[in-house]
Amino acid sequence: MLTVLLDGVASGMLLFVLACGLSVTLGLMNFVNLAHGAFGMAGGYVCVVLLNRYGVPFLACLVAAALFAALLGAVLERTLYRWLYGRDHLDQVLFSIGLVFMASAVVDWLMGARQQLITLPGWLQGRIEIGGGLATIGVYRLFLIALCGAIVLALHLGLVRTRFGSRLRAAVDDAVVARGLGIPVDRIFAVTFAVGSGLAGLGGALGVEVLGLDPTFPLKYLVYFLIVVAVGGANTILGPFLAALLLGVVDVAGKYYVPEVGAFVIYTAMVVLLLLRPQGLLARGGAR
Amino acid sequence: MAMQASTTRRGLLAGGAAAAVAGAALGTARRSAAQRGGGEAVRIGLILPMTGPFASTGRQVEAAVRAYLGANGETFGGRRVELLVRDDTGVAPDITRRLAQELVVRERVRFLAGFGLTPLALAAAPIATEAKVPMVVMAAATSIIVQRSPYILRTSFTLPQATVPIADWAARNGIRNCATLVSDYAPGLDAERAFKERFTAAGGRVPLELRAPLRNPDFAPFLQRVHDAKPEALFIFVPSGEGAAAMKQFAERGLREAGIRLIGTGDLTDDDILNDMGEPAIGVVTSHHYSAAHDSAENRAFLAAYRRVAPDVRPNFMAVGGWDGMHLIAEGLKRAGGGASGDQLLAAMKGLSWTSPRGPITIDANTRDIVQDIYIRRVERRDGQLWNIEFDRIAQVRDPGT
Amino acid sequence: MSGGGTTLAAAVPARTGQAAQPGRRWGLFAAEGLFWAAWPAAYFAFPDYLPLLSQVAIAALFALSLDLLVGYAGVVTLGHAAFFGLGAYTAGLLAVHGWGEPLSGLAAAAAAAALLGLVTAPLVLRGGELAGLMVTLGLGLMLYEAANKAAAVTGGADGLQGVEIWPVLGLWRFDLFGRTAYLYSLAVLFLMFLLARLIVSSPFGLALRGIRANAWRMHAIGTPVRARLVAAYVLAGAFAGVAGALLAQTTQFVSLEVLAFQRSAEGLLMLVLGGLGRLYGGLIGAVAFMVAHHVLSGVTPQFWQFWIGAALVVLAIAGRGGLLGLLKAVWARLLSRRRGGGSTAQ
Repeated sequence: MLTVLLDGVASGMLLFVLACGLSVTLGLMNFVNLAHGAFGMAGGYVCVVLLNRYGVPFLACLVAAALFAALLGAVLERTLYRWLYGRDHLDQVLFSIGLVFMASAVVDWLMGARQQLITLPGWLQGRIEIGGGLATIGVYRLFLIALCGAIVLALHLGLVRTRFGSRLRAAVDDAVVARGLGIPVDRIFAVTFAVGSGLAGLGGALGVEVLGLDPTFPLKYLVYFLIVVAVGGANTILGPFLAALLLGVVDVAGKYYVPEVGAFVIYTAMVVLLLLRPQGLLARGGAR
Repeated sequence: MAMQASTTRRGLLAGGAAAAVAGAALGTARRSAAQRGGGEAVRIGLILPMTGPFASTGRQVEAAVRAYLGANGETFGGRRVELLVRDDTGVAPDITRRLAQELVVRERVRFLAGFGLTPLALAAAPIATEAKVPMVVMAAATSIIVQRSPYILRTSFTLPQATVPIADWAARNGIRNCATLVSDYAPGLDAERAFKERFTAAGGRVPLELRAPLRNPDFAPFLQRVHDAKPEALFIFVPSGEGAAAMKQFAERGLREAGIRLIGTGDLTDDDILNDMGEPAIGVVTSHHYSAAHDSAENRAFLAAYRRVAPDVRPNFMAVGGWDGMHLIAEGLKRAGGGASGDQLLAAMKGLSWTSPRGPITIDANTRDIVQDIYIRRVERRDGQLWNIEFDRIAQVRDPGT
Repeated sequence: MSGGGTTLAAAVPARTGQAAQPGRRWGLFAAEGLFWAAWPAAYFAFPDYLPLLSQVAIAALFALSLDLLVGYAGVVTLGHAAFFGLGAYTAGLLAVHGWGEPLSGLAAAAAAAALLGLVTAPLVLRGGELAGLMVTLGLGLMLYEAANKAAAVTGGADGLQGVEIWPVLGLWRFDLFGRTAYLYSLAVLFLMFLLARLIVSSPFGLALRGIRANAWRMHAIGTPVRARLVAAYVLAGAFAGVAGALLAQTTQFVSLEVLAFQRSAEGLLMLVLGGLGRLYGGLIGAVAFMVAHHVLSGVTPQFWQFWIGAALVVLAIAGRGGLLGLLKAVWARLLSRRRGGGSTAQ
């Protein structure tokens, strides 16, 4: 069933874009940011408002959502988050859950508690057959796969090939030494945080159509984000990516073939994977 | 050892201080509660999900209750009524129960009302029984609720009540096999059972019964199953708010092009968000007890009153449950008098009939459940907006279980 | 828990210094008495708030059980509601099937939860910190789903109906005003607290602290690290099971929500809010959180979350070690000022 597989890939890709920022903050900055979904929610609402109230084209909305979330991330990082670097993880949990509560209440106040809906532009609606009638897939899901695939590639190359990427990796491996070598560690972290938030914002905007959007969004999908990061391992881009794909495919296939079992499939898969590979799918041996 | 023991004690002063602060906070709340009293007013405890995943239900009901008071004054049976709204977050029956208990014991409310979801209503039912306080269920829709306390009256609907007419309609309109997709919780199972029983009794066949988890991010795989099974129609029940996602997936999967018709209860085409659902919703046939497009003087008055409270929101079936629930309370007070006991109020409310914004309704004197007309509606575009347009009516439907 | 290790290390010198100040010990002793006197006092002071107060006591017991695991053993969990829920269903099901005796219900709940802990401990304690955390989360979610699917037994999403609890010790019936429920919850909380205190000051408790600070060294000096952690996990599970059973018995209702992720997260929140590894932290965090929640959601049913969230953010940024840490700092400052002026009197 190619259709099921492709659906799973699409939802996995979307999940990755939403969650990869969390993986970055956790793995690279050792910060437990449970408020990550709030940036996704911010992006989603920006997209909804621009599209529905002002009729901005969908693609522009996506860009705006990403930029807004990135900006929000940068501002919060500079004003609030930086106070908690290097603190106990549980303090960070307290802080970020507090942020989620505030974000949900603010969104509720501004936009109300109901589900937000958008209508996609015509060119993203409908579905096409591929492989000579082998499978059909929605155009929007293909769009998701293509866009998110490009993002994954860009992230991976950015981290491996660019100067910023190598500085980032250096700062993560040993912040003190990196600082000693003249690498502006604080600024690199700030930029990284903003990029992660921006990606979440983009994911939130892309997800309005598929995942829905209401003020409980950050908590509703928190569990999924955590699964992606934990199963994928927090040190790479490809690990969480594979984890998200796996999660998407297993989730969709589970619902298709054994709907009676429901959400069991995904949780069982997670526990089994964690027991087999506690450090993540692509963990370097003994990297911790 | 000694070192250890002293550490635990170290925190203690802090403990005492915190307890004192907590005490002060409770004291403040208590005083303000006493000031609000005024002795004469009839207090109504309205327990609703005002935050969390079902917040829209709470908002709709609260706005409708306030709209009723705005339109009809706040004095009934010689007493002013006072609303005490409490948030139970929609997912925590222990909180609902505690709030009900507090409202009864501390605030001396004469009515309990609201109740967004079945488990929440069930958790509060014993309180109503023990305190002999009438409990008006304005939203929750599982059949069994009214049986859980002789003090419960319902002004919303029951799922079998709303489901049976669409099963009949489907059978009458040449649909011979119809798959079902419901959310996996009590109301969903109620709907599934009611649909299957009625539809197969009329000679139909249900080839596929799917249950989606309640907290389900993606209907796609379920709808893909339906697509591959190729039934003539698909019956969907999902809680208010989730319908849009299901419908979008229905369109995106090409189920309509594959010749599969979409039917359901009115939860699917919830008026609250119907307008944003766009093209995919058009032509969907549902059965329900209320549409904001219902053509009657009562409904126009309701819409006008509601608009004054919540200008940007279209009232949905939850709102009409709140409006009628408040009407029931008001009538009870008028008939039994403002100073009547819980049992007298209950007796005055049982068996009442009136014309609601949804049409004629009766609170059955024996079951205390609502008897009402159920309409078959089709989503159409009128004046640039989407509405559930009623085109058939089944008069005075009871909950099939009773 | 690298962060946990450093906080503990930082706390050690302060503690040794403190043992030399008898006056300060008496002050704390008085505070402890005050804290426990406040609970029965609340019974008389706020007779209308007893349902809330019993839920506060239950939340406090749940937070206490988390403290044993997180604060003392250093095992962070996001699935602690599994134990709470299992305890609640155990007590609830017993009552539904004709055995409503409350105290034996508590015992059965503790046993069931402890058994669950014993079975799952090997899975949870296997991997690293994050993996273990996620396994607890996964197990918690699986148990929730299982309870949801087993509607014939648990009542599914409707909740467990028909829970009837017999009078406590055959004497006190659970009443509408929540008097029995409160005194019963309070008594159980107090006894469980005494037990917890006994445990953490025993050699076993010391071993746990040692493991949290430096597991390798404890291993090297011959402590069976793994066995100790399993024991702590089972113990915390049993405590949480008792809390769950209390909720089931005092509300005479069990819903799926007892197993929900939100309950695990909220428990952790209360604990961190109050302060880790001090036993009283969980209790104070629970009191503060529940009272704040109650007052705020009474004032603004729609937007109480904002203010709770703001308080959490401020506390996380400002205070190290939660409310207790904050109060301790204030106390230390007061004390040093007083000692400066009062030393001549001694």
